[in-house]
Amino acid sequence: CLFHLNEISIKITICLCCCFVSLKEIRKVVQGLEQTAREILTVLQSVHQPSGFKEIPSKCAKARDLFCTVKTQIGDLKTKFPVEQYYRFHEHWRFVLQRLTFLAAFVVYLESENLVTREEVAQILGIEVVREKGFHLDIEDYLAGVLIMASELSRLAVNSVTAGDYNRPLRISNFINELDSGFRLLNLKNDPLRKRYDGLKYDVKKIEEVVYDLSIRGLAKESESSEDK
Amino acid sequence: MKKREGEGSSRKNGDAAREQDTGSCSSPVVAAFKVFQQELDTKHDKYERLVKISRDITIESKRTIFLLHRVANVPNTEEVLKEAELKLEGVRQKIGQVAEELRGEDIHQFHRAFTPGIQEYVEAVSFLHYIRHRSLISLEEINARLVYMRAEGGDPKASAEGPAPGAQVLTFHVTPSDYLLGVADLTGELMRMCISSVGNGDIDTPFQLSQFLRQIHDGFSYIGNTGPYEVSKKLHTLRQSLGKVEDACYALHVRGSEIPKHMLADVFCSRTALLDSDEGVA
Repeated sequence: CLFHLNEISIKITICLCCCFVSLKEIRKVVQGLEQTAREILTVLQSVHQPSGFKEIPSKCAKARDLFCTVKTQIGDLKTKFPVEQYYRFHEHWRFVLQRLTFLAAFVVYLESENLVTREEVAQILGIEVVREKGFHLDIEDYLAGVLIMASELSRLAVNSVTAGDYNRPLRISNFINELDSGFRLLNLKNDPLRKRYDGLKYDVKKIEEVVYDLSIRGLAKESESSEDK
Repeated sequence: MKKREGEGSSRKNGDAAREQDTGSCSSPVVAAFKVFQQELDTKHDKYERLVKISRDITIESKRTIFLLHRVANVPNTEEVLKEAELKLEGVRQKIGQVAEELRGEDIHQFHRAFTPGIQEYVEAVSFLHYIRHRSLISLEEINARLVYMRAEGGDPKASAEGPAPGAQVLTFHVTPSDYLLGVADLTGELMRMCISSVGNGDIDTPFQLSQFLRQIHDGFSYIGNTGPYEVSKKLHTLRQSLGKVEDACYALHVRGSEIPKHMLADVFCSRTALLDSDEGVA
């Protein structure tokens, strides 16, 4: 049966059509990205096992391979909407981009014990840092990803000790403290990023306790300096 | 506070950290975060400015709507309409400031800051348009009046005098979503207008309004749940408003001729009071 659209209905329906970029398509690509992110996480999680420590370089290499897939998938995502409407649909990929930032940061830490820069993350993911240049990494997503990594490192500190590596926790401690000083410079609003940042102090505390446990038992050597390159 | 090897003590006060710039102790990490601090501060400041402008827009638009409700009770309607037009021109100036802030930005990054004001503006301007023309203003017509001339110095003028050398044209686009939400809110005002018109003994307006509201309602029903989430919520209120207006027309039609004009409002009010208590139960 035919639905007769009156003039007003037409005006309203036209409005609606403008709203529709294919959200279904976007969601589909994002699901693919989430899957790849889970695969990368599976590879990297294994460094927490005692046997995993020795295999860190090969794990990182494998993760980097998987990031190639991520690059392709993000390339696909970019085609699903007009680039100047990035923030209109940002919520769809915000979570997965934060996870991918965390994973990139974790890989870079495992490789070099440095904090990955925004530019490095963008390069790993095949995206931009600056909004005007195209699909970019929002600064708050970068920061959120870094904070997720901080939690992962506090866990790694604990498991390093169990695996018999008594030096790594010290280096993690220095790294996390420096990260904390950095975050203290930020004027955050009462938003999800702030809540996540509030968790950082628990990571700091946990790692301090590990370092304390080691030092009172004389297990940790104040060995090579903890300078960042 | 910890002292780490090779570095000075970390400072909690962002200002102090900013002062001690150069070589001595900025690690790359801290230096990077200083940049992040500036970026975040800039963004937050812009957001707050937009929130403030949006509040001004909301207040002035609401006052315009109250003014327009007085049209039926006033001898010189044209005067009221002109005053309303003037107020809305002021609101448009404010929207020009919003456009200025958004120049070069992705508007959706800041959309939440100014959407309440814009919706209120759409409600006001479509209300005025209905009173004058008895039709629904289109999104294009709304956006056509949100065009601004800016001289290079950034001094805002919405001028009809033609562009000065080096002037730019700045536009603000109301999004389809904000348009729909503003129109949905308009229906509430129209429902109030219907009720007060009955009180004034005007028995034509309710029927016109009923027809108009029904068309808007049908349009929204067609969208159903496929539009933005907020639209679905407003559809519920819209149905209630339409119900009240349709019941009013029924009461007028069936019983209007039996009752002296000055008592019509009482009949109507008692029916709507019944409706309201029903809503509480439902």
